Amino acid sequence: MFGTTGLFDELQRIQREVESAFGATPWANGIRSSAGSFPPVNVGSTAEEVDVYFFAPGVDPATLDIAIQNNVLNVAGERRIIREEGASYYRNERFDGTFRRTFSLPEDIDPERVDANYKDGVLHVRLKRKESSKPKQIKVS
Amino acid sequence: MNDKTELAKKTDTEVQPALKQAEPVMRPAVDIFEDESGITLHADMPGISKERLNVKVEGDTLTIEGDAEIPMAEGMEPLYADIRATHYRRSFTLGSEMDTEKVEANLKHGVLTLRIPKREEHKPRKIEVQVD
Repeated sequence: MFGTTGLFDELQRIQREVESAFGATPWANGIRSSAGSFPPVNVGSTAEEVDVYFFAPGVDPATLDIAIQNNVLNVAGERRIIREEGASYYRNERFDGTFRRTFSLPEDIDPERVDANYKDGVLHVRLKRKESSKPKQIKVS
Repeated sequence: MNDKTELAKKTDTEVQPALKQAEPVMRPAVDIFEDESGITLHADMPGISKERLNVKVEGDTLTIEGDAEIPMAEGMEPLYADIRATHYRRSFTLGSEMDTEKVEANLKHGVLTLRIPKREEHKPRKIEVQVD
């Protein structure tokens, strides 16, 4: 009844699986880092801060537990999907259950200056770098 | 970022018409179920706001589409990325018994909910058995 399975979508999926199997980046290879399927994560960096984006739609923000310890960022939460009784299910692809993802952070993160924002299903954690570690312009006299 | 630009260059030099429109597309994960009155679809589309979402029915094809918006500081360098695209698209073929005029769409915390009712005449009717 349903279904338009594109060939390219399938190729993209295989590519993703290969990348996750071989761990494409050192960022995810910290000894305390954990990889999981949910939620997917992107990490970006500027001179002032490190930004971590968790793509976690349909989560009650009150259930999110965000913690930093030993320079490791730990985000845990829960997404419960209520199944409709007596309905026939054709697709069950969405994640259901508890999740946890951890990331090793750069050394210069200031754990006191972190903020988190949840919008349109994306959790955005902003971690400021310590003042002393910002690049400074040194003038030659 | 660099991977993406390299890929784009490649498709330009090697003439491969089928790959011309190779903008990376994400396929949202969905749950779909049917009950007596219709079909319900839930799709995970994080980063999608109402203004950037497009739900359309053409003929018997239902398409959900949109561009995720991720707030990024200027000059940000990617360190790690599970998500390499911002464009979502997925299509489904509907049966003729679905009433495409009455599709209801709702978006909350990046989850799209679509309710597609069945046409009146296709809803199951209880048939009373007459006993003489």
